[in-house]
Amino acid sequence: MKMQISNDLRKIKKKILNGERLTRDEGITLFNCNEFAWLGSLADEVRKRMSDDLVYYNVNCHVNLTNICTARCKFCAFGRDEKSDGAYAMTIEQVINLINDALKDPNMSGLHIVSGLHPTWKFEDYLEIIKTIHEKFPELYIKGFTGVEITHFAKISGRSVENILTELIDAGLQAIAGGGAEILSDRVRNLLCPKKATAEEWLNVARTAHNLGLKTNASMLYGHIETIEERVDHLIKLRELQDETGGFQTFIPFPFLPKNTELGKNFKQTSMWDDLRTIAVSRLMLDNIKNIKAYWVMLTVPVAQVALNFGANDIDGTIHKETILHDAGASSPTNLAEDEIIKIIHEIGRVPAACDCNYNILRIIE
Amino acid sequence: MRIEKNDAINFLADGDLLELGETADKIRQKKFGNVTTFIIDRNINYTNICQNECKFCAFFRKKNHADAYLLSYEEILEKVRETVEAGGTQVMIQGGLHPDLPLSYYEKMLQLIKKNFDITIHSFTATEIQHFARLEGISILETLKRLQSAGLDSLPGGGAEILVDEVRKKISPKKIMSDDWLNVMKLAHSIGMKTTATMVIGFGETFEQRAEHMEKIRNLQDETGGFRAFITWTYQPKNTALGGKKINSFDYMKTLAVTRIFLDNIEHIQGSWVTQGERIGQLTLGFGADDLGSIMLEENVVKAAGTSFEMSTQKMINLIKDVGKIPAQRNTKYEILKTYK
Repeated sequence: MKMQISNDLRKIKKKILNGERLTRDEGITLFNCNEFAWLGSLADEVRKRMSDDLVYYNVNCHVNLTNICTARCKFCAFGRDEKSDGAYAMTIEQVINLINDALKDPNMSGLHIVSGLHPTWKFEDYLEIIKTIHEKFPELYIKGFTGVEITHFAKISGRSVENILTELIDAGLQAIAGGGAEILSDRVRNLLCPKKATAEEWLNVARTAHNLGLKTNASMLYGHIETIEERVDHLIKLRELQDETGGFQTFIPFPFLPKNTELGKNFKQTSMWDDLRTIAVSRLMLDNIKNIKAYWVMLTVPVAQVALNFGANDIDGTIHKETILHDAGASSPTNLAEDEIIKIIHEIGRVPAACDCNYNILRIIE
Repeated sequence: MRIEKNDAINFLADGDLLELGETADKIRQKKFGNVTTFIIDRNINYTNICQNECKFCAFFRKKNHADAYLLSYEEILEKVRETVEAGGTQVMIQGGLHPDLPLSYYEKMLQLIKKNFDITIHSFTATEIQHFARLEGISILETLKRLQSAGLDSLPGGGAEILVDEVRKKISPKKIMSDDWLNVMKLAHSIGMKTTATMVIGFGETFEQRAEHMEKIRNLQDETGGFRAFITWTYQPKNTALGGKKINSFDYMKTLAVTRIFLDNIEHIQGSWVTQGERIGQLTLGFGADDLGSIMLEENVVKAAGTSFEMSTQKMINLIKDVGKIPAQRNTKYEILKTYK
């Protein structure tokens, strides 16, 4: 049995070094592989091939317009009902104040806007916010909304996804965030998040955006009820769409943080081993997505640093003030100074590259 | 083939983390297959009064300080009893360098423990041994022999820090120097008393100094064979006079892998979850470590410097199982007591 596994791994290694695509079965084998440094070096090899020694990061500000949400996914510690304690919905003035506060850092260059599905806000309300921000801060890039939010906007407004996206692009939106993909399996979604976009709807937003020239990110929430097969199928769905459109910029594996969530009672947090393995296997399976992100908020900073050696080449950003995952007990800080990000990257002999939401390089710090 | 000190320096400075990890893991795999061991034991810090005042230590107090303490025999025995009841097989008794306790105080402590409990006493660092000898006005060998006949089974390897006097003078000028530490170990080995060895990184020492430390340990091991295990810790800067920043996990992991490759004559390499946290601790199992040390019922020294990780047996078992390995409880001699399939 052991011999068999080694033979499989040898074959996989050969394929990777030849630049050949891995199959579903090979992905499953890798997720079951405990040859740790072996797996990491292979992923690191591919990372070098795909994106040299640069590590991308943003000097950015997260804006979460509201935590009031009709979806109420079982893995979420952020969403609230409208009348619950701690429920909030920002006014446009509050949004502008937050951005102005973040702009005290002269390098701050863009926004990441994701929010709950508010029960009474109309699409026009969201559109107005983007318009106002873009008019007031034309120099800031705006990455906003997930496939789930876009699907929600289409539903509440009765318009097509294409129409929604076109309006948002005109208002100043430059990229779509990667969240909301969770596990692209209807079995998992029916159990955990039945009230939001289905797998097909999420993929459809990405496809439509890409066709309009709007780049998007992709993510995967793992470490809960999903099987290894479902993780691999998720990666393959993204890879197939990417073959079609080429519009995914980065892939972000999110480990499920169980604290304060309904689902969390039955789960412990993923091990670092699983986190790094997932980064590495994602790098190896997603041969057509250029960037793999080690999201330090969930991984913690030391693990994210190690992840940069397991296939990742993107470490997200300074964030200004993270709230969604800190509601779920994230033990990392709520922001990271740019100096700190630069130091983490320099310590492992790589080159920090500040970029915008479309991976255009703003500054390289040698 | 044995690698040289220069190779070790190059690996530490320019080696690829994952290549080193893979090499180290292969060595481990050959020796231990899929089994990862741990021990259930307790640290008993009998006193925090210490005349050494090392700059990297957050634990020590001067004798007249409000927080200074010295445990009574009753308190120590109570802690040993709790350890035995929790399934523990070892106690690690360590303390500050108390300025005026006679050797008979320690002898009686050991005798009382052995009289009342069936437990291994893995206690006192080289620094303490030398201090006891000085206060008593007898030789180190004599001190070790007396402690051994009172019940001391083995010595932990703490207090080695970096075995380069240039570094020691900077961080702990009152503590014993490199040759003294090595001498205590050598004498202990000569009377059949096994020990472990440690290295603490992150004091601002150079890679060359780390390699020198490893070489000194390897040379002594060639001579005596008395080291059972090697453990790399990272300096914990919080609450200490020396201050500074904690070294990054990358450096720690790399160093750990190099110790496995370089120390070809030391059987066990222990990963540290105490100084590194559970998550990095787990990762060491892919970079050459075959043992995760103690579940640590109590660890005042590390706790005082801001790292307060505690781990139950079940948590330890899960952590090892998560990486596809078989957890096994061991004793001080690294004999396997119980395997958790």
